[in-house]
Amino acid sequence: MNLRRDVFQAISDPTRRAILLLLTTQTMTAGAIASNFDTARPTVSKHLQILTECELLKQAQNGREIYYQINANKMKEVADFLEPFRQMWDDKFNKLETVMKNYKSTNKK
Amino acid sequence: MEQKTLITAQDGKQDIIVTREFDLPVELLFKAHTEPTLLEQWMGLTVLKLDSRNHGSFEFETIREGKAVFTANGTIHQVTPNKTIVRTFEMNNLLAGVRLEFLEFESISKDTSKLTMQMIYQSEHHRAEQLKLPFANGLNMAHNRLQEMLTIDK
Repeated sequence: MNLRRDVFQAISDPTRRAILLLLTTQTMTAGAIASNFDTARPTVSKHLQILTECELLKQAQNGREIYYQINANKMKEVADFLEPFRQMWDDKFNKLETVMKNYKSTNKK
Repeated sequence: MEQKTLITAQDGKQDIIVTREFDLPVELLFKAHTEPTLLEQWMGLTVLKLDSRNHGSFEFETIREGKAVFTANGTIHQVTPNKTIVRTFEMNNLLAGVRLEFLEFESISKDTSKLTMQMIYQSEHHRAEQLKLPFANGLNMAHNRLQEMLTIDK
């Protein structure tokens, strides 16, 4: 069974977002990417596989090495639309939490 | 850092699911959605009408420099205290159209709760129009956030 990975699921993970961030300025091999994390190498490989499957990353063969790079089009699609929408709700919900905590303490007195 | 608010908007679908866990009992989370003075504070708008009951309705607006910049209204289909709100939501003059919203409130523990909000649009295209909005307002929002932080620091 070949399930298409959900791109939004992919970017919800902090390690995967860190990988994307790392690759915004350069292309890197899996080994070079893994050396930036404390996580075990196979774990990083799994993250790379997920990011590649949902087309956020592209692979480019250079000699014997495989380099990973950002798929700008896909990233733009995701970052432009979803993240600001998420941020908007996150801001509102943070405020909700603050407002209701104040409300709770005021009404206890 | 783990994100508190999660968004799911799958390709080929016409809904958006927003989930968030709160450090609040479910009763307070629910109250924040039904009490006009509280809703105004966290949504940053003026409640013209909020009749939170089965077959009720609501009307919101935001005024900036004497002009209504955001007006929204809808019909409240069903309200089950501390459990669900089913309503329609329409922002006036926008291409996103009317959406149907299912708000589900869940108690996780005595002091924590979860909100799952499913927003269903008329089509995938209407949903895309909705998602474009905060992006267009992105710069504006960053500015507002900065201002809020500065205000809190005082």
